[in-house]
Amino acid sequence: MNLAVRDIRHNLGRFILTAMGIGLLLMTVMGMTGIYRGLVEDATGLIDRIGADLWVVQRDTRGPFAEVSNIPLSLEDRVRSVPGVSRSRAFLSHTIQRESRGKPLRMVVQGLSWPQDHGQWLPIIRGRPLAAPHYEMIADRILGLPLGEKVKLGKDLCTVVGITSGMAGTGGDGMAFFSLLDAQAIQRDITGEAIRLDRTAQQEKTATRDIGRIQPALIENGTSLLGTMAPPISAVLIDVSPGANSRQVLNTIAAWKDVSVYTSADERELLLKGNVDKSRRQLWLFRVILVITSSIIMALIIYTLTLDKVHDIAMLKLMGARDSVVLGMIMQQAALLGAFGYVFGYYVGQFAFPYFPRRVSLAPIDLLVIAGVVLGISILSSFLGIWRTSKIDPNLVLS
Amino acid sequence: MNRQEKRNGVVVETQGLTKIYGKGHTEVIAVKDASLSVSHGELVALLGPSGSGKSTLLSAMGLVNPPTMGRITIDGNLVMEGPRAFVDVLAFRRTHIGFVFQKANLIPFLSALENVQVAMAINDIPAREARKRAMDLLDYLKVADRANYYPNILSGGEQQRVAIARALANNSPLLLADEPTAALDGQLGREVVELFQKIAHEQKSGVMVVTHDQRVLELFDKVYFIEDGVLRLSSDEATVGKH
Repeated sequence: MNLAVRDIRHNLGRFILTAMGIGLLLMTVMGMTGIYRGLVEDATGLIDRIGADLWVVQRDTRGPFAEVSNIPLSLEDRVRSVPGVSRSRAFLSHTIQRESRGKPLRMVVQGLSWPQDHGQWLPIIRGRPLAAPHYEMIADRILGLPLGEKVKLGKDLCTVVGITSGMAGTGGDGMAFFSLLDAQAIQRDITGEAIRLDRTAQQEKTATRDIGRIQPALIENGTSLLGTMAPPISAVLIDVSPGANSRQVLNTIAAWKDVSVYTSADERELLLKGNVDKSRRQLWLFRVILVITSSIIMALIIYTLTLDKVHDIAMLKLMGARDSVVLGMIMQQAALLGAFGYVFGYYVGQFAFPYFPRRVSLAPIDLLVIAGVVLGISILSSFLGIWRTSKIDPNLVLS
Repeated sequence: MNRQEKRNGVVVETQGLTKIYGKGHTEVIAVKDASLSVSHGELVALLGPSGSGKSTLLSAMGLVNPPTMGRITIDGNLVMEGPRAFVDVLAFRRTHIGFVFQKANLIPFLSALENVQVAMAINDIPAREARKRAMDLLDYLKVADRANYYPNILSGGEQQRVAIARALANNSPLLLADEPTAALDGQLGREVVELFQKIAHEQKSGVMVVTHDQRVLELFDKVYFIEDGVLRLSSDEATVGKH
């Protein structure tokens, strides 16, 4: 006879409400875990998908994701000349905030090296990769931009031609992919007035120097290019030829004094230890606190449920019930409470998580680990009830 | 030989049973040198004023509260000598002793039937067999129609019958009842004692009932009286109808 189930059946309303409370706590634990995984996936998704073997960035910087990296576009050609390099691509990444339909629109602008890279490697769920060098964009669905939407970026209108899924930056902002030139144009969206003012300032500055006074033509020649020079890029991506020694290519480029070079694994590690690390640690701490809170609440609930049954347990002991009968009842109730809470938390989460501002990505292994944790806290939380049970004297019934 | 066939002779016997609480200045002798016996098929009353040591004696006989001194023999087995037990007390209690109290003490989250079944479940009797025997017992005690009711909707008398059924569930040779009629009105109380009489005589159990109710004493085969912890057999008193 299963006493735990019968007690629950008799007090079903109370059990359901308690399980729902526990379930909401567990849902939060699942949410935190999912946000953590989502954070890591978002952060590393681009590196994993873009499929480059090596990343070349500004000297002594940690790459385009950890910090600002500015290198000249010409580096793409220089790298291509290194033996063992089969392909090099310019890469640009920066975050912008604009308005769309009256709401702030934050996006991570990614420049793809046209014409080598059309974004065919992206997880496009609707639409197509880029088909033209200008005025087209592929947006992640987080951005909420529908196919065919025209977005004013810089001085141009860009049309959404493709929608991706799961492409977000470390801050949770959706990514948008453009040709490199469009991405640069968005980055260097300087008004004519600003360029004119800059030129004037430069001319006045040069005129006051000796060189300006000796060769006045320099004033005009040196400042006329301001605002027209190609803006820098963030990185150059290298694909190593099949059979070539990747380490040798890396060493060759690393010997150059103006750049640093990382493997994809290095870049991934830098990202996780840099941008993501604090969020990761914070989420981990929240999860630990929530698990402890859940354990304490469950322990108190089980303890209270045990207190309600002190007289009944004394009666069972008087009738000669083994300790295992009583302990089994308490542990089973704790386990059932945990199990129902887990199932409730999971299903509520399925409805709630899509509305979370950050992507929640729960892998089967996460659910398995949380189930293990729930089992653990169920057992732990029943100890208080078991301790109380051990103190119950069957004489209580006689008194 | 099964237990039913074994049912003759003495079911429980105490010799020089003494229970002392506290030490030194706080020492209280609750029961002093009590010797009694209850035979199979015998209904025995234990009478005494409040605080006289009735419940202490009963709990010692029920192996719940070990005596300080003296011997307890149940069904021919020496089970306790002083606080020392010679058997697995829990297992022995499960198989040899049934309890009934002033309050029915039914488990509120179990139906009447399950309350009887649970006593057999903890004695590892298979569920199907336990269910059948529980129904038979409820039928025997005339509460079979209440089998699926929870205790809170049973009357006091019905609850007490279910509690008796539970005490009989494991076919225990000894039934100990602590003021089982105190919470019932006169007529119901008498019915319950008659039920114990029927159980003792038909099932050949030894039944010992602690009671205050002098009106039903003629139903008992033997009456013990306890006062200030001192026990004496009252078979010569006029209050005992049969003797």
